[in-house]
Amino acid sequence: MITQVTESLYNQLTRAYEEDCAVQAPHPLGELRKLAFERFKQTGFPTVKWEDWKYTNTQPLLNQPYTLAGADQPLHADLALAAIPGLDAYRIVLVDGVFSEALSDSVPVAGLTVLPMEKAADELAFTKHFAEYADKTDNPFVALNTALFKSGVFISLAPNAVLDKPVHIIHVAAAETPLFTQVRNLYVVGRHGEMEIIESLVTEDGAAQYLNNHVSEIVVHEGGKLQHYALQVAGESGNYLNHTEVYQEKHSLYNNYNCSFPGASFVRNNINVRLDASEVESHLYGIALTAGNQFVDNHTIVDHLKPHCESYEWYKNITQDTSTAVFNGKIFVREDAQKTNAFQQNNNMLIGEQSAVYTKPQLEIFADDVKCSHGCTIGQFDPEALFYLRARGISEAQARVLLVHAFAFDVTSRFANDMVRKYVEHLVEEGL
Amino acid sequence: MLTINNLHAAVESQEILKGLNLEVKAGEVHAIMGPNGSGKSTLGNVLAGRESYEVTAGEVLLDGKDLLELSPEDRAREGVFLAFQYPVEIPGVSNINFLKTALSEIRAYKGLPPLEARDFLKMVKEKQQLVEFDAKLANRSLNEGFSGGEKKRNEIFQLAMLEPKLAILDETDSGLDIDALRIVASGVNHLRSKDNAFIVITHYQRLLEYIVPDFVHVLYKGRIVRSGTKELALELEEKGYDWIKETVGAENAV
Repeated sequence: MITQVTESLYNQLTRAYEEDCAVQAPHPLGELRKLAFERFKQTGFPTVKWEDWKYTNTQPLLNQPYTLAGADQPLHADLALAAIPGLDAYRIVLVDGVFSEALSDSVPVAGLTVLPMEKAADELAFTKHFAEYADKTDNPFVALNTALFKSGVFISLAPNAVLDKPVHIIHVAAAETPLFTQVRNLYVVGRHGEMEIIESLVTEDGAAQYLNNHVSEIVVHEGGKLQHYALQVAGESGNYLNHTEVYQEKHSLYNNYNCSFPGASFVRNNINVRLDASEVESHLYGIALTAGNQFVDNHTIVDHLKPHCESYEWYKNITQDTSTAVFNGKIFVREDAQKTNAFQQNNNMLIGEQSAVYTKPQLEIFADDVKCSHGCTIGQFDPEALFYLRARGISEAQARVLLVHAFAFDVTSRFANDMVRKYVEHLVEEGL
Repeated sequence: MLTINNLHAAVESQEILKGLNLEVKAGEVHAIMGPNGSGKSTLGNVLAGRESYEVTAGEVLLDGKDLLELSPEDRAREGVFLAFQYPVEIPGVSNINFLKTALSEIRAYKGLPPLEARDFLKMVKEKQQLVEFDAKLANRSLNEGFSGGEKKRNEIFQLAMLEPKLAILDETDSGLDIDALRIVASGVNHLRSKDNAFIVITHYQRLLEYIVPDFVHVLYKGRIVRSGTKELALELEEKGYDWIKETVGAENAV
């Protein structure tokens, strides 16, 4: 049954899908796409009646007119927007969701494969993992993405390879006409491989309003380690739906650092981590500093499927002006997942008197021998602390910076990459 | 240095200070004593600029400058320092970073460049020794998890670092054991000079055995009702605050 679909965009997407099928038959992913599009058609776009979209109304966004494909690739993009001082990294650039080989570094590193998603279909890791994880969720934007994506990044790290430098993926939005893009990524870390991926989302000056539907599937094989940073520094014309689905094998480690700063009007992040073997460790850290009329929603699922795993999640929201932040953190501890150690904490600081925070920590435990905790706080500036700092000669503005800095410290101090930590601390200061 | 004329102040529209006069000159130490609720802490907070305290009349001049017109940070930059009765814990702000920020802002206000990192660290080291403040504490988050005594000692360490003209110690002796009290007092005594002044607010005479005041004032019902030298504190200790209440009551009756 189709509920409340936005007719025009919905029809437009259907037409685009049908044209795609007609032109490219047989598409290598034909069957997958077909099933995905059928799934999307069954539900349509989510509405606020859906529990997971209760605070996140996508209708106003979907009612805008969009084109579905960008103009020709520009040959340059303002990559300075994403520069992280002091960071030495392999740079991959996507412009309007399309992998730009011209702007990306070639990565001549043994064991590392980086490809545009549209050229990855023959890779073993692709056939094995593509659409195996994200598509099992009920997020209609994932189904839509699977059916319609054009480009994205495919990264595969060979077993035992340890990358010397991080991979910095820069997603630039530049189109001067409103664009609805479907970007699809797949990152696979081989057995005992180690790497670091930093993603920056930026907007060029003059870009029209756009909606970006990102889906990333991530697989960390046995003993692998992945540090994954997402830095949301896009501009006001930016609207994002990001779905990150992580699948972890035995002894693997996955750390996600998810930061949003003033800019992008609408951000919805879904981050799901499935700990599907024993001795798996996952960390999810998040900071959202919002301003203006921004809306930033972080929905996470940590799914403990097997025994002896550990997860640790800490999200901090700082809301200014009339902005809104949402945190929904769900931890499942399945029947098999004995001796699980799961921690979750969400702290919120409302600075803007008109700002809002919706937070929902959830814990569902089906095993009987586990250690789990979750907690949540909402507060404001501590006037006592503010006065204490001012009484020592520190200006009110600087005192606020110090206090927000201190509030974010629990999260920023966990950043494994010093350059990224400093960059994020700087953005926190700038964003106040 | 400090001139307080006919100061009236209220908290939540209840008048607490009712015409307080005080003159403090450079190089002097003044003790303010008085029973609970007499307005001692209010005086400290009004001088430091806490916003919940409303000044309803009177003036406060620091070297001729109207203090009441200034924001709390500008008062601090002009050289007023309040050692808090209850220092605030601020997790995530390192003690050192906090002091560096404070010192830079105070120096900038005076038109001085920030201290070189090396000079700053040298100063930290010197002052730590001067006030016997543990180096390990200096590197921790501001007051986080400090014991009561450690917090008070941190106040004195900050005092040493910021080198104010006028320091107000608000019941710094409360909650201190005798050893901590001795260390705090010795820190203060090291910092006394002919150019600065101290106002020591205390309920008990005990602290004044270690920090010997030039003048002692007794605050009662929002006014200074007795002033004298350190012997007044002893007399007060001996006779108790009831003596003040009775004699002041009698004087008012006449």
